[in-house]
Amino acid sequence: MDNRNQAERSAEQPALAPAVDVIEDEHGITLRADLPGVSKENLNVRVDGETLTVEGAISLGESGALTGVYAEVRYAQYRRSFVLSRDLDTSAIDASIREGVLQVRVPKREQAKPRRIEVRSE
Amino acid sequence: MFASLTRGSADPFGDLDWFQRQVEQALGGGWPSSIRAASRGAFPPINMGTGNDAVEIYAFAPGIDPSKLEVSVDRGLLTIAGERASDLPPESDKVSIYSAERFAGPFRRVVSLPEDVDASRIEAKYRDGVLRIVVPKRETAKPRRIEVQGAN
Repeated sequence: MDNRNQAERSAEQPALAPAVDVIEDEHGITLRADLPGVSKENLNVRVDGETLTVEGAISLGESGALTGVYAEVRYAQYRRSFVLSRDLDTSAIDASIREGVLQVRVPKREQAKPRRIEVRSE
Repeated sequence: MFASLTRGSADPFGDLDWFQRQVEQALGGGWPSSIRAASRGAFPPINMGTGNDAVEIYAFAPGIDPSKLEVSVDRGLLTIAGERASDLPPESDKVSIYSAERFAGPFRRVVSLPEDVDASRIEAKYRDGVLRIVVPKRETAKPRRIEVQGAN
C-alpha cells in the first residue's frame, strides 16, 4: 500500500525520459540508459508485471544556494518505462550503474532461446 | 494548436520540431538558454548557477573516462570538450539494435563566464557522470557587509 502511494506520488512529478540504447542478442536484451547525476542509492529499477521502469533522482551536491543562470536539464528526475515480452525472464534481471550509465540485462527464458527445428521427412 | 498539428504538411518532422520548441518554451518559462546552447539535444546538456562565492557549471556527460575530458578557459569562455565512444556492438543476424538514442562521438560546448569570476582558480570534478566545474568569484565581487562607523 505504502509502495503504491509512493509510486503514485512520484509518477505525478515531471521527469526527463533518459536516452537509451536497446540491444538484443541470442541470450537476452541489454538496455543502457544515460542517467547523469544519479547515484546507486537514488536509482530505482523495478518490474511490475511485464513493465520495466527505470527511475532516478539527480543529486548534484551543490555547494549552498545557487541561483540558476540557465538550465538545459530542467527536471531533477528521470523516468522511463518499457513493456517486456513473455520470452524474457523477469526474475533474472541484472542492473548496474557506472558513471551515470545504467545497464540492465534481461535474459531470455531457456525455452525462448533460438533453436533449430528439425524437419522430419515422412 | 490542434489546427496546426493536424494540418497537412510535406514536412511532418519540421512540424514535430516546431511542436517541441513550443513545449520547451512553455515548460522552460523563466529559464533562458545560452546563445551558445544551440539546439535541443546538444551534448552534454549544461546547467549553470551562481552562488555567493562561486559560479557552478554542471555538464551532464555520463559514461566518459575523466582523463578524456578537456576543460579550458580563454578570455572568459569556458570550453568543455571530449569524446564519447560508442558501446554499441556491430549489428548482425544474431544482434539487433532496437534503439540507439545515446550520444556517441566528439563533442564541444562553450559557455561564457560572468565577468566577476577568478578564472585562474577553476576546479573540475567528475562524479556519477556529471562534470562539475566551480569558478570562484573574485574577492572584490563577493557580497560583503560594510561596517558603519560611529563618529567618535
